Amino acid sequence: MDKTINQKAWFLVLPVFLVVAFSAVLPLMTVVNYSMQDTFGNNQFFWNGVGWFKELLDPSTDLGGRFLASLGRNLFFSAVILAIEVPLGIVVALSMPREGWSVAACLVILALPLLIPWNVVGTIWQIFGRPDIGLLGYVLNHLGFNYNYVANDIDAWVTVIVMDVWHWTSLVALLCYAGLKSIPDAYYQAAQIDGASRWAVFKAIQLPKMNRVLLIAVLLRFMDSFMIYTEPFVVTGGGPGNSTTFVSIELVKIALGQFDLGKAAALSLAYNLIILIVCWVFYTVMTNAGSERPVKEGAA
Amino acid sequence: MHSIPGRRLIMGLFLIFLLLPIYWLVNMSFKTNAEIISTMTLWPHTPTLQHYKRIFTDESWYSGYINSLEYVVINTVISIAVALPAAYAFSRYRFLGDKHLFFWLLSNRMAPAAVYALPFFNLYSAIGLFDTPWAVALAHCIFNVPLAVWILEGFVSGVPREIDETAFLDGYSFPRFFIKILVPLIASGIGVAAFFCFMFSWVELLLARTLTSVAAKPISAVMTRTVSAAGMDWGLLAAAGVLTIIPGALVIWFVRNYIARGFALGRV
Repeated sequence: MDKTINQKAWFLVLPVFLVVAFSAVLPLMTVVNYSMQDTFGNNQFFWNGVGWFKELLDPSTDLGGRFLASLGRNLFFSAVILAIEVPLGIVVALSMPREGWSVAACLVILALPLLIPWNVVGTIWQIFGRPDIGLLGYVLNHLGFNYNYVANDIDAWVTVIVMDVWHWTSLVALLCYAGLKSIPDAYYQAAQIDGASRWAVFKAIQLPKMNRVLLIAVLLRFMDSFMIYTEPFVVTGGGPGNSTTFVSIELVKIALGQFDLGKAAALSLAYNLIILIVCWVFYTVMTNAGSERPVKEGAA
Repeated sequence: MHSIPGRRLIMGLFLIFLLLPIYWLVNMSFKTNAEIISTMTLWPHTPTLQHYKRIFTDESWYSGYINSLEYVVINTVISIAVALPAAYAFSRYRFLGDKHLFFWLLSNRMAPAAVYALPFFNLYSAIGLFDTPWAVALAHCIFNVPLAVWILEGFVSGVPREIDETAFLDGYSFPRFFIKILVPLIASGIGVAAFFCFMFSWVELLLARTLTSVAAKPISAVMTRTVSAAGMDWGLLAAAGVLTIIPGALVIWFVRNYIARGFALGRV
């Protein structure tokens, strides 16, 4: 479908532009401004040029060390949760009941974790994992594991990862389910006539049909896990030590904890830049996938 | 045919995995604190409503819920109202800078809240909105408006162009066409978009906590402060947590038939 060129469409977009510009451009300018300055409190600012950015990229300084370490942890975290949530989400989507009331029941239960406030998600797992009052911690400790997410790095990591899998696998599953639902029955009938195996059906029909939604799922999950703040903050507070301090937690510590505005702003810009690049890749891939859409729909 | 062997078992196990931590929270909210600390019980042996009673009678608690709902509703209304015309424009027309604008919007959906916490604090303090629901509602627009545009654009594109053209030939003015014809046609899309705005505004904590202090303090902030200050009143904390899950559960129930399509952002 060709869109007509009409510059008056700008009037329709103007409200969105104003609302988002108000909450995005103005604050971003503040950040840029701060990133070039240093402050010793009392609202006195000193010009610091690109000093903070140099420090940021130099692991031997305090700021650079903290940034790069938390960035490394964050990337590792994102990789692990993607490796678990995407396959698990596909399996859950394939396990959805076919029809009847159980479909609605499963959908509602699946969506439930997505609508729990993030700090409550943290609270739920904080309680659930405690060795004294939480079911999980209690059972694990009575099975002979010395599980304690407050004191042990590995336990803290496992808790944060299991929590994220609990919280977000449903999103991947719901997306894949939406993709699967759009496959017409004729495809399966054809496969049956050809005597295709279960695995062949998955590889040749279901996976290609889920391509698009899987892409949305992977990129949304990457972005959101890369920005994660509230849940690990409530459960572990970034600890033990710094072992679960992700980029956002580090940033809030520097900005609102130490009130080191210059450093925080420089970190923010670097952080935003990474997000922007990933976002651009996302957008490009999405729009390219979109251009193939009419062909796919025609086949369906 | 589109299912796999052992699917009932897999689905069952996964649902148990999802529900168990929630059950534990509900379970704790009905126990007395003495029972929570002293023994490990799978269900409350001396069930009590004391925690819920406390939340519903103590103003500092229940006003937290009211404050949260207030900014969530304001945010949802603003987001949908501004996103509708924009979604129509993106779906039907090409105009100068449309692709860049769409990308810029999308990039704001992805911007980390932590980056904006401090500048928002400065901005809303400067214009006198700090500690009002409007500050939080406007701040949440940064990720909800792009999302609403994105979802609605998918739904508007599903409406055939011929409908617009016929309406204009029949002499409908643009606003009248928009309200009388287009909006009813994409009603389910508006429902889905509103659901997502509600959801992301409801679950967000960092900005909501940073932009409020006393008068507009959201429930999530009330909860965190109680945890750190008043020692560990586990039962009360659990009860407050359970009450934050209920609005979400109700909203899911209303949109359950559109949920899958909504999560695919109208783009399956």
